[in-house]
Amino acid sequence: MTDTAPTRTVVIEREMPHPPERIWRALTENSLIQQWLMSNDFQPVVGHHFQFRSTPVPNWNGIIDSQVLVVEPHARLAYSWGTLGMESVVTFTLTPTPEGTHLRMEHSGFPSEESASYKGAKYGWTNFLGNLERVVGGLD
Amino acid sequence: MVLLVKPVNANHLFRALADPTRRAIFEELSRQGEQTVHALTRYAGVSQPAVSKHLTVLKRAKLVRHRHQGRETHYRAQPDALAPMVDWLRHYGAFWRDRFDRLENLLNRMDK
Repeated sequence: MTDTAPTRTVVIEREMPHPPERIWRALTENSLIQQWLMSNDFQPVVGHHFQFRSTPVPNWNGIIDSQVLVVEPHARLAYSWGTLGMESVVTFTLTPTPEGTHLRMEHSGFPSEESASYKGAKYGWTNFLGNLERVVGGLD
Repeated sequence: MVLLVKPVNANHLFRALADPTRRAIFEELSRQGEQTVHALTRYAGVSQPAVSKHLTVLKRAKLVRHRHQGRETHYRAQPDALAPMVDWLRHYGAFWRDRFDRLENLLNRMDK
């Protein structure tokens, strides 16, 4: 069972010519988060409940209910992302490189408590994902 | 690029497919075409009541359809039902790419 994230999750990976410390600030300081993501009352404390607020649209108040799940300074940050009763998880991973930082963001729609069980399952993701890829077609 | 955080609700699909046995059943039906509950039970390696329960969840998510023939119930996959999940991936893919562009702009400004 290798990395099957690309189809069960949205993954963005970028090399950034900035040290992990600077990127960590942009991911964890309210005013900086607001400048690139959304207004928020985030705190880098595991268990902290907070909200992202964006412009309301018809049938949606623009609010994302979140809870901090992982805080490993300069290395890993994860929070839940709840909209309209749908719970997903956003995880940022920072890896230092000679040029700066490799930043990886994974947004997974599958409930996180399942991740332990699917790893042990005899059935792999590969075939399922093969099918899903056919359906997804030109995605990305 | 202005991009709203348009909500896409694929919750029932993600839940239905979060279970490895259900994924296996859905995959088997997608690959082999229509199957009886008996055949699926042999394939999944769990009890028939367990398979029936999984099929009920898949049915609720519209991922499978069934028909009765004699004493057997036949199931087949409905891959079109995956569309909300595809929408979800497409939507958040675009959303995060846009936000990462903003993040890079911000980091460059912080640099100065």
